[in-house]
Amino acid sequence: MEHYTMNLNLKVWRQKNATAKGGFENYSVSNISSEMSFLEMFDVLNEKLIAEGKEPIAFDHDCREGICGMCSMYINGKPHGPWQATTTCQLHMRAFKDGDTIVVEPWRANAFPVVKDLAVDRGAFDRIIQAGGFVSVNTGNAVDGNALPIEKDKADAAFYAAACIGCGACVAACKNSSAMLFLSAKVSHLALLPQGGPERRSRVVNMVAQMDKEGFGSCTNTGACEATCPKEISISNIARLNQEYLAASLVSE
Amino acid sequence: MALTGIFLITFLLVHVSINACVFADLFVNDDGEMFNKAAHFMGSTVLIRIMEVGLFGGIILHIVQGYLLTLENRSKRSVGYAINYGNGGSKWYSRSMGLLGTLILIFLVLHLYHFWTPARFTHVGLEVPVVYNGVEMHNMFLLMKTTFISPIVIVVYIMGCVSLAWHLAHGFQSAFRTIGVHNKKYNTLLISLGYGFSVIIPFLFILMPLSFHFGWIG
Repeated sequence: MEHYTMNLNLKVWRQKNATAKGGFENYSVSNISSEMSFLEMFDVLNEKLIAEGKEPIAFDHDCREGICGMCSMYINGKPHGPWQATTTCQLHMRAFKDGDTIVVEPWRANAFPVVKDLAVDRGAFDRIIQAGGFVSVNTGNAVDGNALPIEKDKADAAFYAAACIGCGACVAACKNSSAMLFLSAKVSHLALLPQGGPERRSRVVNMVAQMDKEGFGSCTNTGACEATCPKEISISNIARLNQEYLAASLVSE
Repeated sequence: MALTGIFLITFLLVHVSINACVFADLFVNDDGEMFNKAAHFMGSTVLIRIMEVGLFGGIILHIVQGYLLTLENRSKRSVGYAINYGNGGSKWYSRSMGLLGTLILIFLVLHLYHFWTPARFTHVGLEVPVVYNGVEMHNMFLLMKTTFISPIVIVVYIMGCVSLAWHLAHGFQSAFRTIGVHNKKYNTLLISLGYGFSVIIPFLFILMPLSFHFGWIG
């Protein structure tokens, strides 16, 4: 792909702290390489802001290789920007043209309050995991890899669900701010495997209860989450979660 | 939502089947005899009258729950986006179930006023009964014929049926996802079935007022 440089106009959400009102600020960056990642372009902008003695833009990032789930920018009306199955850090500037205006917003959901600028608090996801997204029964010593027979299809489905990086793009994309795609990935991944079996019922009931407590909306199956998910988690996991939940709540104490 | 939705889907099937009896006039020129008999059976059978109470319960529950759900979900994002994700991620009708449902509700009020209230209570337009094999019954066929003379009524009925079609296009498959159907085999079947249902059923419904209005039957 041919390399080119571009000048861009940016409209970025700035908010001093969780309680401040916040609003859009306009910035321009020049000589941006098409081979830069979106976050590198933000680094360039922040360097410029620091040199000018201004406050740099706060944004979440960590691994910058698409696997940690920290980056969380809502770019031009889509979580993680215009590319399919891509996190913000893996979005490259060749997705844009010279002279483009790019609007960058934080994840919007009451369950994900803005901490500063583009950084939001996604602790709600951690608390949902703490409510049951793990195996706590004693599974003994490590056994031989093939001692526990698992159907290939199920292992694959569990693996695809486990690919969820918990970035929260599903919540940001959903008109109801529902966390069902995230939760369904976490529940499916364990429900499909024998190790998740013993706590299967209490897990789903507790995790759903925590999700409701965190103030996420309910799922109306619009499919926006699946369309935006950088890890392409399937919406059919949500149907599996519903089945798991119905079955568990019918027999729960 | 899903359970009441599926219940109402089954009701639509019964409703469209009974009403399709009006088309008997097209083939055997019975002047609505088959339809009137079917309507009389529905109105005079005790079991069906009990089910009617359940039907109203189902509709009211669906409406109340729908509005509560819409309001609650809207409250989960106090600060909105400058640019919405929109059609890039989901279908407009999937996001507009509240609006489509409201349009159907408006239609439903008028529809009940046209047929249900006269048949059960006021008997306006049903003053002259028909007699088949010595049994006296309402001439519902004639009531349909006179109601569908007005072009305004036709427009409202078209609006109602089109809203119903889009409402079902999302609702049918969504209902089954909510009750937990996730097998690929059934999902593929239900998606096709859902789209088919959303086209065929509202189309059959709208054919009835149009057939009376343009004099194809009656």
